[in-house]
Amino acid sequence: MIHSIPAVLASLVPLRASNAFWLPEEGTAAAGQVDWLFNLILGISVFFFALIAVLTIYFLLRYRRRQGIEAGQPPTHHTWLEITWTVIPTIIVIVIFYFGFTGYMDMKIAPENALEIQVTGQKWQWLFSYPNGHVDPDLHVPVDQPVKLIMTSEDVIHGFFIPDFRQKMDVVPGRYSTVWFNVSRPGKHIIFCTQYCGRGHSDMSAWVVVHPPGEYEKWLTEVGDEISKLPPAEAGEKLYLTRGCKQCHTIDGGASTGPSFLGMFGRSETMKDGAKLTVDENYIREAIIDPQAKIVAGYQPVMPTYKGKLKDNEITVIIEYLKTLKR
Amino acid sequence: MNTVSSPATPAAAEPEHAASYLQDGHGIKSWIMTLDHKRIGVLYLISILAAMFLGGLFAMLIRTELLTPTKTVMEAETYNRVFTLHGAIMIFLFIIPGIPAALGNFVLPLMLGARDVAFPRLNRLSWHLYVIGALFAIYSLIHGGADTGWTFYTPYSTTTTSAVVPIVFGAFILGFSSILTGLNFIVTIHRFRPPGMGWFRMPLFLWALYATAIIQVLATPVLGITLLLLIVERVLGVGIFDPTLGGDPVLFQHFFWFYSHPAVYIMILPAMGVISELVSTFSRKHIFGYKAIAYSSVAIAFLSFLVWGHHMFVSGQSPMANMIFSALTFSVAIPSAVKVFNWVATMYKGSIKMDAPMTYTVAFILLFGIGGLTGLFLGALATDVHLHDTYFVVAHFHYTMMGGVLMAFMGGLHYWWPKIFGRMYNEKLANIASLMIVVGFNITFLSQFIMGSLGMPRRYYNYRPEFESYHQWSTAGAYLQAIGFILVAVYLIHSLRRGRLAPANPWGSATLEWRCASPPPTENFAQQPTAGDPYDLKPLVFDPKLGGFTYRAESAEGVA
Repeated sequence: MIHSIPAVLASLVPLRASNAFWLPEEGTAAAGQVDWLFNLILGISVFFFALIAVLTIYFLLRYRRRQGIEAGQPPTHHTWLEITWTVIPTIIVIVIFYFGFTGYMDMKIAPENALEIQVTGQKWQWLFSYPNGHVDPDLHVPVDQPVKLIMTSEDVIHGFFIPDFRQKMDVVPGRYSTVWFNVSRPGKHIIFCTQYCGRGHSDMSAWVVVHPPGEYEKWLTEVGDEISKLPPAEAGEKLYLTRGCKQCHTIDGGASTGPSFLGMFGRSETMKDGAKLTVDENYIREAIIDPQAKIVAGYQPVMPTYKGKLKDNEITVIIEYLKTLKR
Repeated sequence: MNTVSSPATPAAAEPEHAASYLQDGHGIKSWIMTLDHKRIGVLYLISILAAMFLGGLFAMLIRTELLTPTKTVMEAETYNRVFTLHGAIMIFLFIIPGIPAALGNFVLPLMLGARDVAFPRLNRLSWHLYVIGALFAIYSLIHGGADTGWTFYTPYSTTTTSAVVPIVFGAFILGFSSILTGLNFIVTIHRFRPPGMGWFRMPLFLWALYATAIIQVLATPVLGITLLLLIVERVLGVGIFDPTLGGDPVLFQHFFWFYSHPAVYIMILPAMGVISELVSTFSRKHIFGYKAIAYSSVAIAFLSFLVWGHHMFVSGQSPMANMIFSALTFSVAIPSAVKVFNWVATMYKGSIKMDAPMTYTVAFILLFGIGGLTGLFLGALATDVHLHDTYFVVAHFHYTMMGGVLMAFMGGLHYWWPKIFGRMYNEKLANIASLMIVVGFNITFLSQFIMGSLGMPRRYYNYRPEFESYHQWSTAGAYLQAIGFILVAVYLIHSLRRGRLAPANPWGSATLEWRCASPPPTENFAQQPTAGDPYDLKPLVFDPKLGGFTYRAESAEGVA
């Protein structure tokens, strides 16, 4: 089948694309196929560019204007030549289109047995929710297992990009998008956000951690009940660092998108509508679940809700953590 | 001397200092309220060069910030505004109006041997709208500027707190300016062609402007409506694109690219037209494959409406739509390739002179070649998924728009400069500057291709340290280009007062604009000349006494 040509050729060519300095590491077999097509197009492009460049430069030198020598008068069109240079590029682009399309479909359709992980993009962090309810700032996956990500956004459009897997998909609020991959070696790979999303866009990265056989399940049970094992304030700090709080709230009193957490608990704050209130457990709980209800004066109502994303015991430990941030 | 001026070139026979359009009226009002297409062309030229300077300044700020992986000179919020303004100013205020409104306005009626465009008042209104649109952009700039990127993607653009509305409204007004120019050109080309100029005797620059005008008139209204909807959502809170209000953010992308993809052909088609004129003139050869070039302009204009979805391969668009848009995208590659082959073939057996316009022409052919070929990586679905929204796209876009459109604009500017201002510039400095620009350009953007295929995403303020050396090369190239452009500004401004007086036809072109004086009188031609083959350069011979070309005595009859 023509379909399998890239895979077959990619395995035959000894110099793998991952050795090329212009492409990142090949984390998956699919990445190898993309690279095969990339290098095919590169070869075609280099050939045609060289053809045009050599002819142009040759003509410039050979036919440069000289005293007393007039331009020749070759025919001003040549039907067969023109048909040839229309038909050849047409055939070439059809070939490129075909491999581009089939390669894309392979990377698009996930196998039935894929492990599903939920992904949420928000300004400016990725959150990965695992089947046991654990939420993590990094993507942990087992080796040699198809993984399907079901992704959505809390706020604006983000772009989920793993260069080593040659996979990318926009993460759009109000709808789900998916990508899938199957990683063949344990290791670590970077995740970027590729759809511009504001101040922290370029810092919105995470890691894919590929666990050796058996390790993924071990990791998952270990982190699953982490919150109940740690002292409350420490568990709260962990959530602060990993669940998207630190992107907008500093703990050193510095300015950011939201008010600093330093000395916040027990502080008297003026709200946008002029009302004054003291920050206590109930206000913090409300600010997490319904962030737009009461906005501190001087800030924009931009925080996404954490309703359904943080459990009650998680909100409790976050409050405990905030209590420790005294001036 | 056995050469005399042809009877078909009455203006050339007139004394050099016959009252030109530049002397016809003094004071600011005689310029900003003028109805003369040539003066409007000059006003556009000054405006777009100012926009280019501003956009270039922002480009330098971007490149300076990216010298180091973290903060170099500005905060992230400032950087986001700077790259937005760089894109918006360069696209809406420089590249879109660049060749059609500035060079086209000046040259189009002259190429037709006409007195003016069909609707001079509409033409003036176009420029006034351009200025009003530009003022809105500057207003946004003063009020902190927008931070959305030039693409204004929702829901970011409807929820950010920066000054989005004024700049979007500015782009909305600029759209009308563009529509009116396109309308004017269509009617002028239909109605004002001189005797002897059938459709297939039209200079290819006019074919290109005609194809461009059709896109301007048909596609720009879609942008206008889209931008208006964006303002409606932001100001009135009507849910159109923002999902929290019940809208669909991807709908905006469809609307936006339905205009903005054809818009890249609004930019590149006139550039291709300029190149067709230049490659023939400076090779002293008839253009090769005239009809193929003319038809390919029309084919590109038509196909440009059908490929917008290739900007959205990873947006969540269905795989079926992706497959169709990928296939249609490749179809645009063919007419573009045909043009390149025709230009190269035109040089065959020519008598090629590497004056500045030809240097830019060669730069265009090679750089646009790279721009077009790298488009193949982006048109193919599997590779696009990896390259989308990386520096590869940034580099591809700049190779087509800067390596393509800007090089053609520079070529056209140097080519028609003597006609517009009646003065020659310093040829040696022009060649040095063009070399600096071309070398600097390649250093800037070749490194971006590599970064992009390695996975460096675009619009990044901080970046991973492994990309640092590529960014530094890119910045060094950008500085070299800046020096080149400053040099261009210096010798062009110098030429306005000190340049050698230009002959009517310094390069030996056969199109009609070279038959009137340089600079032309207000009425262009005493009577509309009869057009011949615009690429029959054989009867033109160099006259050292004039410092330019003139018609051979014996062939005068044949030309008329």
